[in-house]
Amino acid sequence: MSAALRPSRLRLLEPVMLLWLALIAALLVLVAGPLLKMVLVSFEMQETGEFTFQNYLTAYGRQRYLDALRNSLLLGALAAAMSVVIAVPMAWAVSRTDMPGKGFTWAMVLAAFVMPPYLGAIGWILLAGPNSGWINVTWRALTGATEPLVNVYTFTGMAFVIALHSFPLVFIFVKSALDLISSEMEDAANILGGGTWTTMRRVTLPLVWPSILGGFILIFLETIALFGTPAIIGIPARINVVTTQLWQFFEDPVRVEVAAAYAIPLLLITVGLIAVQKLMLARKGFVSQTGKGGERREVKLGPWRWVLFGWCLTVGLLAVVKPLLVLLQASFAKAWGRGFSLDNLTLRNYRFILFEHDMAPQSVWNTVWFSAASATIAVILALLVAYIVIRRLMRFADALGFLAMAPFVIPGIVMAIGFYAAYAGPPLSLYGSGLLIILAFAARFLPIAYASSQAAMRAVHPEMEEAARILGSGRLHAIRKVTAPLLKTSLLGGWLVVFIVASRELSAAIFLVGPRTRTMSVLLYDLTEQGNFEVVAAFGGVLLVITMVIVGIGMKLVGRDFMLRRE
Amino acid sequence: MPRLTLTGLTKAYGRLTVVDRVDLTLEEGEFVSLLGPSGCGKTTTLRMIAGFVDPTGGTISVDGAVLSAPGAVVPPERRGMSMIFQSYAIWPNMTVEENVAFGLKLRRLPGDEVKRRVREMLAVVKLDQLAHRYPAELSGGQQQRVALARAIVVKPSVLLLDEPLSNLDANLREEMRFEIRRLHDEFRITTVYVTHDQAEAMATSDRIAVMNQGRIEQVDAPHLLYTKPRTRFVAGFVGRTNLLEARVEGGRLMLEALDLGPAAAVAPVAADGPVLISLRPQAMTIHEAAPDGPATLVLPATIAERTYLGESWDYVVAPEGTGLRLRVAAPPLEAHDSGRPVWLALDPRQVAIVA
Repeated sequence: MSAALRPSRLRLLEPVMLLWLALIAALLVLVAGPLLKMVLVSFEMQETGEFTFQNYLTAYGRQRYLDALRNSLLLGALAAAMSVVIAVPMAWAVSRTDMPGKGFTWAMVLAAFVMPPYLGAIGWILLAGPNSGWINVTWRALTGATEPLVNVYTFTGMAFVIALHSFPLVFIFVKSALDLISSEMEDAANILGGGTWTTMRRVTLPLVWPSILGGFILIFLETIALFGTPAIIGIPARINVVTTQLWQFFEDPVRVEVAAAYAIPLLLITVGLIAVQKLMLARKGFVSQTGKGGERREVKLGPWRWVLFGWCLTVGLLAVVKPLLVLLQASFAKAWGRGFSLDNLTLRNYRFILFEHDMAPQSVWNTVWFSAASATIAVILALLVAYIVIRRLMRFADALGFLAMAPFVIPGIVMAIGFYAAYAGPPLSLYGSGLLIILAFAARFLPIAYASSQAAMRAVHPEMEEAARILGSGRLHAIRKVTAPLLKTSLLGGWLVVFIVASRELSAAIFLVGPRTRTMSVLLYDLTEQGNFEVVAAFGGVLLVITMVIVGIGMKLVGRDFMLRRE
Repeated sequence: MPRLTLTGLTKAYGRLTVVDRVDLTLEEGEFVSLLGPSGCGKTTTLRMIAGFVDPTGGTISVDGAVLSAPGAVVPPERRGMSMIFQSYAIWPNMTVEENVAFGLKLRRLPGDEVKRRVREMLAVVKLDQLAHRYPAELSGGQQQRVALARAIVVKPSVLLLDEPLSNLDANLREEMRFEIRRLHDEFRITTVYVTHDQAEAMATSDRIAVMNQGRIEQVDAPHLLYTKPRTRFVAGFVGRTNLLEARVEGGRLMLEALDLGPAAAVAPVAADGPVLISLRPQAMTIHEAAPDGPATLVLPATIAERTYLGESWDYVVAPEGTGLRLRVAAPPLEAHDSGRPVWLALDPRQVAIVA
């Protein structure tokens, strides 16, 4: 027995154990640390660090701050409701009916999803600005009216612009739920006398109700944490929301403690609503789970299919085609208000932004480098955590998975304040360094990488690896020779998605950038504040080209719908 | 010295014991099946032998060296075994050839020997034409052969098979059953085969260990398991049977009023008293007229029910003057109408006393 006992002590030092400890440490630094620090800071006096409630009194002591909170909640609800109205008919049409132009609809949804929301917002300023916006200029020319037709600088206008870039989430949720419902469900209603519309209303839609609500909640949460659009449209329109208010707390003198206290409700609302959503989706009986069996047929719509297609076309025009068109025009124009004429054409804007601007080339490089580094960190961490969790290598493996998913319930802007509070000042003094932004991005997008790693890992049968081990390869060798090659494609997909979302990230970046670490998104926002829309549009064009190249690579290597897969 | 020895092997998850004090010994070159219903602990036992699961009690040794004991487990890669998995686990990123060569390369054999042995092995499983294909281009049966080749080519000390045929269709399953036995006869590798399919176990094994609720109920050659089941579970699980309450009186085995002869001829039962016996449907025959023969017991009876199953008749026969209802199997041409009086002949040598 003594010989048999010897390896038992060695087992404690198994590489897996060390790896687990290293991962816990990394996740604490990336996720738990900033969050705890933020909560702590919200109870501390500036300078002295004494315990106090004063920050909360300051944060909620003025009507203006309370109004901002109310505005955020209203804006979130309105934008989410608009997204549901936009997306549900589209999802139903693409999933269940014989509507024409499904490929076009898909392309529009993807484009709306990929387009950075602040670019859409800038496009809509050019379209629906009260004085010189294209729509209003055309309206006045056609009718001779003096009042503008639409005004983007309103609460509804802002919600609408946000909805035009958020609706793809509802679309993806609802479509994938609809895809799982067999036609027999609808046949059963038909045979009992329900027509197409009754069936859709009474059977099909109720079956996907949890998905609709889930999408609604996610968009609500994204909206209340969104910085770009409220800053670009809301500040000129004098509509203050939580995120823009937080930004004001960061203006000189920086009041992190007050910002931290002010950000707490954002965090609590997010955690609470995600919990509600999880509970709802956990009621399995509600969702039709018959993925296989049951044949699926398209509902014949007759002439109505053109009505639905008209809807999809309109959404595509408003969300993608028109904003892109006016941005493109502005980027090549000497003055965008002078319209599409040859003598208005110029390359000056691009030349200026690519070669003459003192910050722009640096910011392009920063964006690529920060996004690539954070995507790499996130994917490696996520893969290791997923491996330990799915293979159940450790008793407390689930703690790792929990930490890796935690940033999902932390609004990006809250996370940024946490990172600022924890690592910007001493002892680490990372303010102004690229590392601060890279770490924050890696933490913020860890859940995306984790979800895709977990799905990929599930698809690789553990016996694949066991077969290698019983033939004589150690665990690491088996991972290198068997598991890693099988995961390659999905990991690349996860990496690209993180890269894309990181490259357009604004809400977190704006709080963390220093003079030398501005990203394209932050610089774009700075340029917008200066009001030179031709240069802004050109710079936006550069950002879009970079994004499209990455999306193109992803579609080629990973698969057409790699961005829109629901995970 | 036996090749593989399991001694008091136990695995518990919390208060749930899935493998309970299993003892089993395999001689070199022996083929033993672990047979039992799902959840009986057979796969856990196999995975403990492979080293993927740590035992909570007992030991596993190969050639006298302890490989597994609680808290001290040699990892799978240092056991010199190989295994065939339920999912085949053929690596889709490698060709057939690369799959089969994997274990040999890890053993640091010279390149040309690896090549030669892979080629020979692929010829044995008739895959030599497909060496450069990828697994996705193979049928289920061919993938199964790759798995066999990959496991056997390294000449493992013990070969483990975990329900290897459960993903194949019925015809292929029968073919692969004989293929596995053929390969065993050719290479004589000590083999542990896990299955819930008794026909599979019967066709391939030298001995079968029947498992139930984490314990081994009986280990015996296939035909003995069938004719001489020792427990009620084995009698019921392996084939179909009539389980009847009988008793021993003065050393003779009595089924109601029928004298089945000396009890000692059936099993070493000492004391008089009630016993449970198993009487196979194949141990009885039905006749229109009373047959004669010294070894058989003949009694008048009535056909109570009948079902035609294609390969045989399934009769329920009620012997006269008893409350018994016995299942009897008969060939397709021996058709008797329900309610008809017949003669039932019974072979006492095929009676087994079960615990």
